[in-house]
Amino acid sequence: VQADGTDGNCVTFVLHDEDHTLGNSLRYMVMKNPDVEFCGYCITHPSESKINFRIQTRGTLPAVEPFRKGLNDLMGVCQHVLNTFEVRLFLKSS
Amino acid sequence: PLAAAAMAMAAKRGTEEMRERVVLGEFGVRNVHTTDFPGNYPGYEDAWDQRRFEEAFRVDIIREEEAALEFDMVGIDAAIANAFRRILLAEVPTMAVEKVFVYNNTSIVQDEILAHRLGLIPIRADPRLFEYRNQGDEEGTEIDTLQFQLKIKCSRNPQAAKESSDPNELYFNHKVYSKHMTWVPLGNQTDLFPDADFRPVHDDILIALLRPGQEIDVLMHCVKGIGKDHAKFSPVATASYRLLPDITLLQPIEEEAAEMLQKCFSPGVIEIQNIKGKKVARVANARLDTFSREVFRHEGLKNLVRLARVRNHYIFSVESTGILPPDVLVSEAIKILMGKCQRFLNELDSVPME
Repeated sequence: VQADGTDGNCVTFVLHDEDHTLGNSLRYMVMKNPDVEFCGYCITHPSESKINFRIQTRGTLPAVEPFRKGLNDLMGVCQHVLNTFEVRLFLKSS
Repeated sequence: PLAAAAMAMAAKRGTEEMRERVVLGEFGVRNVHTTDFPGNYPGYEDAWDQRRFEEAFRVDIIREEEAALEFDMVGIDAAIANAFRRILLAEVPTMAVEKVFVYNNTSIVQDEILAHRLGLIPIRADPRLFEYRNQGDEEGTEIDTLQFQLKIKCSRNPQAAKESSDPNELYFNHKVYSKHMTWVPLGNQTDLFPDADFRPVHDDILIALLRPGQEIDVLMHCVKGIGKDHAKFSPVATASYRLLPDITLLQPIEEEAAEMLQKCFSPGVIEIQNIKGKKVARVANARLDTFSREVFRHEGLKNLVRLARVRNHYIFSVESTGILPPDVLVSEAIKILMGKCQRFLNELDSVPME
């Protein structure tokens, strides 16, 4: 993880060893945050596995906050999906 | 006011369509991207709300077999469904043959071709019991390597009939199958896995053909790896999803038009009912359709039907190669996505941001 940007509001995170799998799902979760003005990701070169993930926030919120919130929200989604899936499997088998 | 209300209703239906359906037109697909982000639609509450997500989300298991699983995920977005699919294909680890030590190979099959074929054979070994091999470690320890041996020699059958030309009669061991691979325990693996039986998933995979005098004597090391590294490590035969089809008839369709409509779609999608003596078409089960768009080839029918897909209803189909059952694979894939998020959360907390 590496961050550089102008002030705390617009930050580009460089995530190593990642690709569309995490990039697109994280972008979706961060876009759902109403404080975020811009969120996008791109793969700098297909031979290198790293993504540039950029967040710009409205107002003066530091950009790390929506990033952290997006990661936490994505964890919450996965946890809920896992629980629901396992409950349904259990109900189906019994 | 009535006209205004009608216009408002039509506008609302339009946005509903844009939010919830991907529409297949005659020449292209519309409304592909998710647009329900906060601020795009006035009057809609789009910011992320875990509780709202949990209320709307559901999973239905349609068909569960030994090696294939078909289930529905409703209420999730394309980005996350695609992430699960990508992880199932490329990032769920399995064990597969990586290094082949060739002691003797006098068969027609070249060493490297034989090694390639051996690598692709699925090995029935639960990858969760093993660790990844350390970088640069050539020998392999017992916690990260499984050793298999394939030692087979083809010989002539002395009791064969004089004129027979059937190789099954003439030779012994002329076909090398995956059942000839035997597990050689390393170190304390016999104690670690007392009742485990590590072997290839299928016994009847043909590896090579031999003739009398040819033999193969190889030792194989299996390691844990992921599909991103080499496709032999991919645990699924294939994992795919499609969106639930949604067919709407914009006007009532009767008589011969109804018959023609039924032929345009996959069997079972449109059924013809007899209402007051007339044959009327009705959409019975849109899920079965494969959307060949045959409807658009008939001038009379193409404006009477709207073909669309429901944007957040995914029909997943996961087929496993037999190493792990498909429901375990899906659970592992979800845990891997959680692991990725956790990794970045830990990095955020540990590295001070300037």
